[in-house]
Amino acid sequence: MKKLMSGNAALGEAAVLAGCTCYFGYPITPQNELTEYMAKRMPEVEGGVFIQSESEIAAINMVLGASVAGARAMTSSSSPGISLKQEGISYLAADELPAVIVNMARGGPGMGNISPAQSDYLQATRGGGHGDYRTIVLCPSSVQELADLVPVAFDLADLYRNPVLILGDGMLGQMMEPVSFDHITKGKDFPKDYILNGAKGRPSRMVRSLLFDTKEEEEHNWKLYRKVKRMEQNEVRYETTLLDDAEMVVVAYGTSARIAKGAIKRLRQEGLKVGLIRPITAWPFPKEIIKETANRVEDFFVFEMSTGQLIEDVQLSLEGKGRIHFYGRPGGVIPTPIELYRIISRHYYQSKRGKA
Amino acid sequence: MKQVYGRPKCLKEAHFHYCPGCGHSIVNRLLAEVIDEMQLRDKIICVAPAGCGMLLYNYFDIDTLESAHGRGAAVSTGIKRVLPDNLVFSYQGDGDLAAIGTAEGFHAANRGELISVIFVNNGVYGMTGGQMAPTTMIDQVTTTCPSGRNPALAGHPVKVCEVFAVLGGTSYLERVAVNKPSAVVKAKKAIVKAFQHQMNKTGFSLVEVLSPCPTNWKMTPIQSCKWIDEVMVKEFPLGVIKEVKC
Ligand SMILES: Cc1ncc(C[n+]2csc(CCOP(=O)(O)OP(=O)(O)O)c2C)c(N)n1
Ligand code: SF4
Repeated sequence: MKKLMSGNAALGEAAVLAGCTCYFGYPITPQNELTEYMAKRMPEVEGGVFIQSESEIAAINMVLGASVAGARAMTSSSSPGISLKQEGISYLAADELPAVIVNMARGGPGMGNISPAQSDYLQATRGGGHGDYRTIVLCPSSVQELADLVPVAFDLADLYRNPVLILGDGMLGQMMEPVSFDHITKGKDFPKDYILNGAKGRPSRMVRSLLFDTKEEEEHNWKLYRKVKRMEQNEVRYETTLLDDAEMVVVAYGTSARIAKGAIKRLRQEGLKVGLIRPITAWPFPKEIIKETANRVEDFFVFEMSTGQLIEDVQLSLEGKGRIHFYGRPGGVIPTPIELYRIISRHYYQSKRGKA
Repeated sequence: MKQVYGRPKCLKEAHFHYCPGCGHSIVNRLLAEVIDEMQLRDKIICVAPAGCGMLLYNYFDIDTLESAHGRGAAVSTGIKRVLPDNLVFSYQGDGDLAAIGTAEGFHAANRGELISVIFVNNGVYGMTGGQMAPTTMIDQVTTTCPSGRNPALAGHPVKVCEVFAVLGGTSYLERVAVNKPSAVVKAKKAIVKAFQHQMNKTGFSLVEVLSPCPTNWKMTPIQSCKWIDEVMVKEFPLGVIKEVKC
């Protein structure tokens, strides 16, 4: 059965169904509906905990505590609040603890406005906080996909014992779409041989990230690095649209991928062979498919609601091949499919002419 | 022969790293005795700070987590809400609780989180080399107030217990010291009381311990102990600051 819900509320419901029992958050637009949904829903769940924290820093540290105690824990925020959470995210990664962190991004930097933007890409994909670590970053582009990726996020967090980010934006969080939760279940239980719950009948445990011995600290960092490599190898997710015969390929994620689909439909109607690669994981980035595509396609078109943070990853994936075109609108401006259609067709014809 | 004194069971065979004459050693030892005597080893979870006390996870044979500087009360909140039947305490210094972690401590206290905070007040940032803390005495010399703390520039010593006392969620707040045997006995009783308040679900509990830091005070251990009585106690009066019926 489908229900009409906002992205934020759908995310909350999916989290509950995926076994999240702890939510800690501090209000910030445009993700308040999620905090409000959890305030209502958590008390209905067995062992459910909801706290409106005094700050984002407190919220992420409450997540850390709940996670070390063995619960599936989540927090959410928007850009400025995510900056505050980076301290705790770094500690979660260092302590090898699972957690899900949602960023419904807005037009930054600084306070930014409350309109949707994609300018937190580099912060999200490069670790964000201090130290050598990465987090898986899931980038849905519809309300249904948002709900679908929530149990995936919790499972990946448990599997790798690492924080997982869901990166959306104000548009995705606030738009209403029909969504089905029928297939969302808690999934399997992961071994919890690290949790702290009082050392009853077992040796005591300690969870820490400070290793005074540099050799030990180095080994710990290499261990985290090997985990990064495993995630890079196994967790790449992406979607392609009309790629087979494409002569120009748009790379876009989340809301901008959705806008790009609208533009591509129109471009195709006019006979322009444009396809799409949509990273679902912004990290690990789908390098291979872009590299492969570059064997036969020369023109790549990066489209992003920012001044161009995604370009870096596309460039790295191309390994010197291909040509990158870019269109971006930062600051919370939402480009229309028509606007994008016009820009892409101009670049398309220009590069054709260049070749002729 | 009856043994009257020995190593607490919940202390591992490790040597403390604390400087000679440091109050942290005494507070660690008291905690271990209390954990043994109240038979808490199997149900207690400790949240360690950044600060001189941080390495206590090397000493205690109990479940222990390190927390980011100042976040102990928030981390403890997360643990306790998931495990309401366990006993959770955070161990925090004065820089940790009264500066960087003011918000987390204050709001956990105000929410009446069923956790206990062992708050070691030595008037300086010990671990980072003796800088001024929010609790530094007026005129006290530290590396970042080399001509003495001037309240016009650096504010006044922060009285955590008195501030927390007005919050509805706090149920037990006591200030003790560890500078002489009679004070140490009282300090131990206060820790027991704090844990009892938590177990009875009465509210948030905190024990503030005035504790010598001979290294950064640039005094001998004996001078440090005297200085607590002669100077610190005047700003930070000892005794129960708040206790609701437990
Ligand atoms: C975010 C952050 N800022 C600063 C530090 C450095 N630091 C470690 S301990 C400490 C102060 C500790 O002082 P206090 O809490 O009074 O404990 P003490 O060492 O005196 O027992 C500081 C500033 C840190 N670890 N993390
Ligand atoms: S620096 Fe001070 S607080 Fe730290 S161990 Fe030494 S005496 Fe104790």
